[in-house]
Amino acid sequence: MNWLSDITPPGIKKMFRKRDDNSDALWAKCKSCDEMIFTKDLEASQQVCPSCGHHMTLSPTTRLNAIFDGGQWERIELPDVVTDPLKFKDVKRYTDRLKDYRRKTGEKDALVIGFGQIEGVPSVVAVQNFAFMGGSMGMMLGEGILKAAEQAIANNAPLILFTASGGARMQEGILSLMQMPRTTIAVQMVKEAGLPYIVVLTHPTTGGVTASYAMLGDVHIAEPNALIGFAGARVIEQTIREKLPEGFQRAEYLADKGMVDIVVHRHHLRETLAKILRVLTRHGKKAKPNQQGQNVTPLRVEAQKTESAQKALEAPMDKAAE
Amino acid sequence: MRSYLDFEKPIAELEGRIDDLRTINGDEAVNVEEEISKLESRAEKLLADTYANLSRWQKTSVARHAARPHFKEYVAGLTEDFTPLAGDRAFGEDKAILGGPARFRGRSVMIIGHEKGRDTKSRIDHNFGMARPEGYRKSVRLMEMAERFDMPVITLIDTSGAYPGKGAEERGQAEAIAASTEKCLSLGAPLVSVIVGEGGSGGAVALAAANKVLMMEHAVYSVISPEGCASILWKEAQGKGENKAPDAAEAMKISAQDLLELKVIDGIVPEPLGGAHRDPEAAIERLGDAIEAALHDLEPLSPDELRVQRRAKFLEIGRSLAV
Ligand SMILES: [Zn+2]
Repeated sequence: MNWLSDITPPGIKKMFRKRDDNSDALWAKCKSCDEMIFTKDLEASQQVCPSCGHHMTLSPTTRLNAIFDGGQWERIELPDVVTDPLKFKDVKRYTDRLKDYRRKTGEKDALVIGFGQIEGVPSVVAVQNFAFMGGSMGMMLGEGILKAAEQAIANNAPLILFTASGGARMQEGILSLMQMPRTTIAVQMVKEAGLPYIVVLTHPTTGGVTASYAMLGDVHIAEPNALIGFAGARVIEQTIREKLPEGFQRAEYLADKGMVDIVVHRHHLRETLAKILRVLTRHGKKAKPNQQGQNVTPLRVEAQKTESAQKALEAPMDKAAE
Repeated sequence: MRSYLDFEKPIAELEGRIDDLRTINGDEAVNVEEEISKLESRAEKLLADTYANLSRWQKTSVARHAARPHFKEYVAGLTEDFTPLAGDRAFGEDKAILGGPARFRGRSVMIIGHEKGRDTKSRIDHNFGMARPEGYRKSVRLMEMAERFDMPVITLIDTSGAYPGKGAEERGQAEAIAASTEKCLSLGAPLVSVIVGEGGSGGAVALAAANKVLMMEHAVYSVISPEGCASILWKEAQGKGENKAPDAAEAMKISAQDLLELKVIDGIVPEPLGGAHRDPEAAIERLGDAIEAALHDLEPLSPDELRVQRRAKFLEIGRSLAV
């Protein structure tokens, strides 16, 4: 316990609160239940409110520390891409925005990739960083996901993707949109290699990210109450001119609608992932590649099967004819 | 009666004067002939100049022009024996996306595309070209069918975006778009996509992850609508009633010419003078020629070669821009 907790009267505690940054302040207020929480306690609970269970934002590095065995992992660097291809400027230059976020987060872009083990299963885990321009998907993030996929294949390891994004990086225009098919190719490559691709949807996951790699997993896991959707709730309400139901676009709602397999409390995430990976990788053995293999012609494979099946069928007939 | 866009006012005035002169009969008609032809060549030059220098925001209004040919006109003009197929076989039919098998210049094809509708009734019927999950799932169904019958797939893109509705979200709009994009990329048949009007965001790319992606000369293709981008990035100015959508259109570089320069698309289909809406028949014919040329290049490729070409093409996007 911190020394402050012993000497500070309850009313004063509020003075030490910093609104949006849990890490530096001594106390944080839970947005869900308004309870004041000791930041040390929050860190220990992986940013889950001890009083109401509300899941707060977890930084990518903390996430990777919590997921990998012994908090041990190796960072896979994001590939370099052309900066500001459109020379974009709104009220601010895109290059200035990028600089600000890079300084603030200490990261190159909105994705951190790690390689390590999850209960002994070597895995590549990529985590989107909502604190970096709303986790928006631009060229570097797209290349990062492709690199994560390549690393997974090279290491015969599953790919686990933690999503968190407001959607497209508008400042990269059409090149941002092109990350939807490009990241889809990354998913296809992993699946063709016969490796599991698991998506963990965290708060919030919306827009083009949801409509590409976030919805193409073998397994979709979501954190409790995470907002997951394509269109924003405000846009929908304006379009249909009615109020949306309670829990709309939340993890539990999506599970109910069949878009999410399981909603898992953050404290059980590691064990849940480990269980699924153990089964899907058959203790390290590769799963059977799916039909559209990179170098196999599916039609030809089918044809061979049919031919031998035909022979098997014809054989007794021939004998009967004799 | 022709409808004019805001920036076409000077052209409208000239053409109005020509029309007035044409009403003159009798002896005077001989004298006005010369005047008419003078005005006509002025009008034509003005039209050519205007359309050669359209801003990206002006292009957006051309791309959305009500008289521009839509999916139904393209299909009627380019194909024979078209049978529209309906339904996703799971929930319902979504008329924002139409499609079916047809004959196109000597071959069988599957043609799929957004239909915005033309008058109030048909616009509502087609939901203004904003598809729900069923539309994308129907597309996947038709693409799979094309694969089985070894038919090339042609997609015509014209949408402001996927429909932002409650039911659409509940039935997995995001998943449907992702699955349709995925199907485009894994398709074992030639796939040619043309942005014929508006290419709006994920709802457009879901049908456009193709071997060859073309755009009509005055079409636009963007990650978010200029209005949507302005409302987010120019929030304050927009809040004061300023229209920043033209700035957003410029900043995002959404024209066919921009996208060709960024190497995101493979070619531009020239439109008749003054845009496709001035001469829909000519526009339809030119689109047909462009699609035929694209198919000609792709048809010799095997299913795997098509997949490899498509994948390599999309992986290359952005990389060649690297410094
Ligand atoms: Zn709480």
